[in-house]
Formats: sequence, C-alpha cells, structure tokens
Amino acid sequence: MVDENANVSGVSPEEAIIQAKEAKRLAKDGSFVRLIDHFNREWQIYVMLMPAVIWFIVFLYKPMYGLQIAFKDYSIFRGVANSPWVGWEHFQTLFENDSFIRAVKNTITISFYNLIFGFPAPIILALMFNEILHASYKRTAQTIVYLPHFISSVIIAGIVITAFSPTVGVINTVLGWLGMESVYFLTQPEWFRPIFVGTGIWQEAGFGSIVFLAAIAGVNPSLYESAVVDGANRWQMMWKITIPSILPTILIMLIIRIGNVMEVSFELVILLYQPATYETADVVNTWVYRQGLQSGQYDLAAAAGLFNAVVAFVLVMTANTLSRRFSRTSLW
Amino acid sequence: MMKWNLYSRGDKVFAIIVSVLIGMFTAATLYPFIYIAAVSFSSGFAAQAGKVVLTPIDATLEAYGYIIGDPKFWTSYLNTFIYTIGGTIMSLAFIIPGAYALSRPQLKGRRFFNLFIAFTMWFNAGLIPFFLNMRDLNLLDSMFGIILAFAVNAFNIILLRNFFEAIPQSFEEAARMDGANDFQVLWKVFIPLSKPAIATITLFCIVSRWNGFFWAMVLLQSEDKIPLQVFLRHTIATLSDDDEFAIVQTAAGFSAETVTAAIIVCSIIPVLIVYPFIQKYFEKGILLGGVKE
Repeated sequence: MVDENANVSGVSPEEAIIQAKEAKRLAKDGSFVRLIDHFNREWQIYVMLMPAVIWFIVFLYKPMYGLQIAFKDYSIFRGVANSPWVGWEHFQTLFENDSFIRAVKNTITISFYNLIFGFPAPIILALMFNEILHASYKRTAQTIVYLPHFISSVIIAGIVITAFSPTVGVINTVLGWLGMESVYFLTQPEWFRPIFVGTGIWQEAGFGSIVFLAAIAGVNPSLYESAVVDGANRWQMMWKITIPSILPTILIMLIIRIGNVMEVSFELVILLYQPATYETADVVNTWVYRQGLQSGQYDLAAAAGLFNAVVAFVLVMTANTLSRRFSRTSLW
Repeated sequence: MMKWNLYSRGDKVFAIIVSVLIGMFTAATLYPFIYIAAVSFSSGFAAQAGKVVLTPIDATLEAYGYIIGDPKFWTSYLNTFIYTIGGTIMSLAFIIPGAYALSRPQLKGRRFFNLFIAFTMWFNAGLIPFFLNMRDLNLLDSMFGIILAFAVNAFNIILLRNFFEAIPQSFEEAARMDGANDFQVLWKVFIPLSKPAIATITLFCIVSRWNGFFWAMVLLQSEDKIPLQVFLRHTIATLSDDDEFAIVQTAAGFSAETVTAAIIVCSIIPVLIVYPFIQKYFEKGILLGGVKE
C-alpha cells in the first residue's frame, strides 16, 4: 500500500518535505500578495492617517524618548543620548528637597479642594437647569454661564488681580463699606487657595454642566411619568430618578478628574502666585517650570515631571479599575 | 417635562427657589465682566481711589486711547489672529483625515493606532522633554513652530472619529456606487454630514489658539512674534512698576489698572462676537462625541 502510494505520487519522503515547505512558502506569499493588494486598494486611508501619526511621533512620542534625561546628568552639549547615566540620583535629590515636597503637597491639597467644591458644582448646576421651565430664561442663563470657559487664563488672572487689588479692587471697596480693613489678598498665603478654587468654579462650572445636561436629556421619560402617577414631587424625582440615572456619567467624569489630579491648571497658578504665596500656591508643574525652564536644571525638572506623570497615570488606572469593578462603568 | 399648572404648591416653591439660585449664579458669572468694563471706561484717578463698582466713574476713553497708540498692542493683536487662523486650519488638516482613517473598519492595525493616540491622553512626557524637543527641532522663537506643535490632540481626533463611526454605511455605499474614492467620500459625504462635530472641534481649536499663553511665553523670544495674551501678561506685570508710565499717566486720565482693563476688554470682544455663532453646535457636538469614549 505504502509503496503503491509512493509510486502514484512519484515522490520520495524527502521530496514530499520539500514540496510541503514550498506550499507553505506559497501560502505565505499569498498573504503577502493579499497585503499588497490591500494597500493597492486602500492606500488612501493610510495616506490620510500618516500626517496625524507622524505628528504624534514627532511631538508627543519623541519627547518620551527624551524623558531618559530624568536618569541622566544632562548636558546640552552632549545631548540626550550621550549624557552619562546617573540612575535614581535626581529622584533622591527631589525627595530631599523641601520645596518639591511642598509642591507635591500643595498639588494634592488644591486638587482635593477642587474635587470637594469644584466637582459637584456643574452637577448641581445641571440639576437646577433641569428644573427651569421657562425656556428663554434657561437658554440665556446657560449662554452666560458657559462663557467664562472661553476666556483665557491671562484675562481671568487680570480680572482677579484687579478685583482683589488693595487700592482699586472692588472686593476691598465693599469690605470698606462694611467697615472692614482692606486686605492685600494676593500676597497672603491663606487666601490663595480659596481664590484659586473659587475662580476655577466661576470659570468651569457652567461649561462642565453641559455633559450632565446631556446625560439628563437621555433619561427615559416614562420613568418620570410613572413617578407622577405615584404622586412624586420634583424634589423626589430629582433624587430617585435623575441622579441615579446620571450616575454613570458622574463616575466617568470623576475618573477623568482623578486622572487630572496632578494637572492643577498651572497656567492660572503661574499668573496668580508670587514668591510670598509659594508656600500654599506652588504646585509640581510650576516647580518644574521654575527649575527647568527658568533655572535650566533640565534633568532634575524632567525627573519631577516624570514623577508627576507616573502618579497621574497610576491614579487614573486605579480609578478606572475600581469603577469598573464596583459599577461596571469605565473609560475603557 | 410637566406643565407649570400641573405643579403642586411645594413644586412651585421649589422651582422658584431654583430659578432664583440660577439667576444669582448667572449674575455672579456676568459681574466680573461688567466690573472690568466699568474700570476700563473710568478715569485713572477714580479707579485708583477704589470708586468703581458697577458703572464707569468719570467716564473717559483715555485708557483705550493709550492702547490704540501702542504699536506693540497692534502687533500682538495681529499675531493672535495669525496663530488662531493658521493654527485652526493646521489642526483641521491633521484631525479630519486622521479621524476618517481611524473610523474605517478596513484599516489594518486600527486597534493599535487608536491606542497609540489615546495613550497620549493619559501619559505625556511633560514640560521639559517637550521643550527640549522643540529646541532640537529648531522651533524655538518660530511662529510656524507654535502653529504646528499644538495642532493635534487625542481628544479632538477621538471625538470626530466617534462621530464618523456613527454615520450609517448606506451613505458611503451610495457614494462608492458612483465611483467615489476615500478622499471624495470624506469630502462629499462625511464632512457635510458632520457639521456639528467639525464646528465643535473648530471652536475648541479657535478658543485654545486665541487663549494660548504658556507655550507662547516660553517658546517665543522676539517681541514682534508674541500673541496678545503674552503682551497682556507683560502689561499687567510691568505697567504698575514702570516709572516712565507713572509720569505719563499722571498727566493723562488713565492708570495701569484702567489700561489693563481696556486690553482685557479688547481681547474679549472677538470671543464675544464669534461665540453666539458656534454656541448652538458645541452642546450637540459634546453630547455626540465626547461622552461615548
């Protein structure tokens, strides 16, 4: 039987092996040909994608390669690749540096205040907008409260500086009417955080409410109808229907917020703080800015930036995992 | 929503309280703008005496006259227009085709490219490596550098990609029947169908360009290249300490504060002009694209 078969096919075992390999090679060529075919047919979408991909490589991924200076004794003349490695030295320096430790603490404290006072503000605002029946009143109010989001931090800072100034500022004028002493708010460390967090709420609460209004608009109307039949009032509907329904959106926004804990809007900090208020106002990013871009200690500042980015990354991953586990809501 | 006359008495009280609270928040939002406008039209003397609260005191246009006479103001104003228009066009040129490609199911490595872009939302190298990269690319003190380096961000691409993915396939198939290639499908089908999303992204680009400050301050050294925000910052920081200016202002009817307020007003006006036109789009755009991811 075996011999007959061998005769029919007319090949020895060695030749059979060679043939099998040839077939495999051809099949591979086939998939390669299919790939060529694919690119011949679909080259246009790759051409469209390439500019964006190249941009991401040049402006966002290439700097990640430059992050290695956090572990190097960086010299401008030697460049990123040729500067000598120093291991964790910069990180040791950082954690022995009081002003850096202070900046980390300030970042966390300001973020915590932002979370406690700033995060609920747009939710409350959206819930209130939802209760307003008068359409044009609602529209006008919305248009106005969205506006500060579109104003630059330089202008916001300019307004804050003018309003809180000890001589011209309206705040001190009003304090004067009330018979109180005028305060030079922006030089007092204890006033920095309330002013900063309050400014943030003034600027972003309105715009932040859009997302929650969108979520409220998506709530199934039949839930409200049956609540009316059951004799629920507006307040009960808000607590029993609206808030539970938008909870997934609230959680997603909270995850995003937690991921941004280390990214206190430092533009506004740079514009509002001064050496007198560093003790409460200096955050990691402003510290990085002063050490790196102003004093030229690039490697140390890059190490601080890396620390910041890694903490933020870990925070968002943790928040996302916890949220997925406990509520089945997650960003990815 | 229910009609007003169906409300119980308790609900009516609740609705009125809410309306009043919203009114107060709206007034608090609006007030700083009114205040700064009032300062800008007041005389320098009245402003420094802390008299301005709601309306201009000893109304005058002196502060505006001072700004209009400053060529640096006009240069920076013009630069801001260049950064805004050039930057927005640059952004759209990267984002629209990129988002289209990422929305195509036949794109090989689609998952990889999506992750490649989304990863930058959660992790970035930070200020210093970014700055050194800009220096290595020879883009310091370069207007083109500012326009190019801030053209794309992951959020905008993902927002538009989500929008493109939601467009029914039948639209594309009809165009394919007529022999359209990808460029034509994008141009003639996807872009016209995505006006709200594109308007939203355009608004985001315009606003971030118009307001761009930090990197302009860090990357630009030449005075003739700086945008309005950097000029404004410079004015706020130096005017009150400037002795020469102090002499000028005593003679004229303005002060450092009224000039600052006037520059603030001038830089908000274009935002106020554009804002109502795009406002109707961004709620829809955010609703459709942003939350899904």
